[in-house]
Amino acid sequence: MSALKDSDVPLLPRGVRLREDAARGGWVLLAPERVLTLDPIAVAVLRELDGERDFAAITAALAAAYAAPQEVIAKDARAFLEDLMDKRMVEVAP
Amino acid sequence: MSQIPPPPSAMLAELTHRCPLSCPYCSNPLELTAREAELSAPQWAEVFTQAGALGVLQVHLSGGEPLARRDLPDLVSAAVAAGLYTNLITSGIGLTEARLKDLAGRGLDHIQLSIQGPNAQIADRVGGYKGGYDKKMEVAGWIAAEGIPLTVNAVMHRHNLDRLEEVFALALRLGARRLEVATVQFHGWAARNKAALMPTRAQVEAANRSVAAARERLKGRLVIDYVPADYYARFPKPCMGGWGRVGLVVTPDGTVMPCHAAHTIPHLRFENAKDTPLAQIWTGSPAFNAYRGTDWMREPCRSCDRREVDFGGCRCQAMAFAGAAEEADPVCEKSPHHGVMAAMAEASVAPELEGGSPGGGAIDDVAFTYRDNA
Ligand code: SF4
Ligand code: SF4
Repeated sequence: MSALKDSDVPLLPRGVRLREDAARGGWVLLAPERVLTLDPIAVAVLRELDGERDFAAITAALAAAYAAPQEVIAKDARAFLEDLMDKRMVEVAP
Repeated sequence: MSQIPPPPSAMLAELTHRCPLSCPYCSNPLELTAREAELSAPQWAEVFTQAGALGVLQVHLSGGEPLARRDLPDLVSAAVAAGLYTNLITSGIGLTEARLKDLAGRGLDHIQLSIQGPNAQIADRVGGYKGGYDKKMEVAGWIAAEGIPLTVNAVMHRHNLDRLEEVFALALRLGARRLEVATVQFHGWAARNKAALMPTRAQVEAANRSVAAARERLKGRLVIDYVPADYYARFPKPCMGGWGRVGLVVTPDGTVMPCHAAHTIPHLRFENAKDTPLAQIWTGSPAFNAYRGTDWMREPCRSCDRREVDFGGCRCQAMAFAGAAEEADPVCEKSPHHGVMAAMAEASVAPELEGGSPGGGAIDDVAFTYRDNA
């Protein structure tokens, strides 16, 4: 199981792309032989991955944007990103 | 079928049937399309544009060997311009470092590199191409240096299924993000090599176990996709995610089919992307609509509670072994033809089992029937 620390900088590696899916509506995450349909929360998390800010900064930004407690956001976002790390769709900057 | 089907998300673009290798398990048809009949680069560009507009998200550039097309860079550019996630499925033969850099610069998203075995002796014998294995190792190094995500694709059969651990190790060594382990299927040319390639039941069961263990062990390092052998299974797998449901195939001359082997169903007629818009083919083609949904089904599928799970399995396999594409896939234990597959599989391996351990003989002694694709 992958583990994402507060100080890790999560990013979408080359070959993983977030894009809008005009034909079906909504957004998808594309990876080798994979199409993940995303809900709005997942899109909001993935859009924060700029390869520069660490996980703590990302969840702080999301907490401010959605007026929600940071611990709650961090818990869900961590589970989501760790699952994507298991699937090699998210990496942590070296 | 009166409903409008949801759009496809994947397209397999078979750019050419030409190929420097001559794998005995090649799934391409016996009758190969000649170079002169291949779609031109502008024609492919038009197909990609239409595909993107229709809702296709990923295109798999395949063949044959796509590198056999000199205009591959233009084709990659066209696919990228159409907004498609662009995957190159290649043997690596014909690639140079400069050519790879060029493709990468044009926005190629991913490369799937086939290996014909976990070492040079096996791989070169199976691929029928001396030096092929070493070349692939070199190519994998360039791909890693370029940073393009790599999938290693390995077709497994009686002569290498016992060597899965070596395949896992090789994929890791090459820096692959994903490994595709596909047990040989007997479409196209591969049918001629059934007796030489059919794995035994014991091999298939051992492979299922070692893939499950490796997936757990390598989670987060290597994604393993596995196409298990179905000859000894109880239920079929959904072919291509369901007929006309997820994907479409465009052959080198522009013929559009729901699945790679759909041409083996003799009464189906397929439209060509040269003269019919892709969207019209997707929604209106009688061949695509033939096995959509569940209305076409006969018993036992018609009243089966798995009919929306596996869609009755593979139409081409039903055609080949049950005599009609509307029948249940004979892999299914509810099919009156169930047992034909397993019996066929067991009969194929029997002579070798009598002569010693399966897969244990020298690879050089196996009688493969190679094809000439060049
Ligand atoms: S010969 Fe091998 S590499 Fe070439 S198309 Fe057939 S299976 Fe693929
Ligand atoms: S009867 Fe048909 S639908 Fe049911 S499991 Fe068998 S193949 Fe699938």
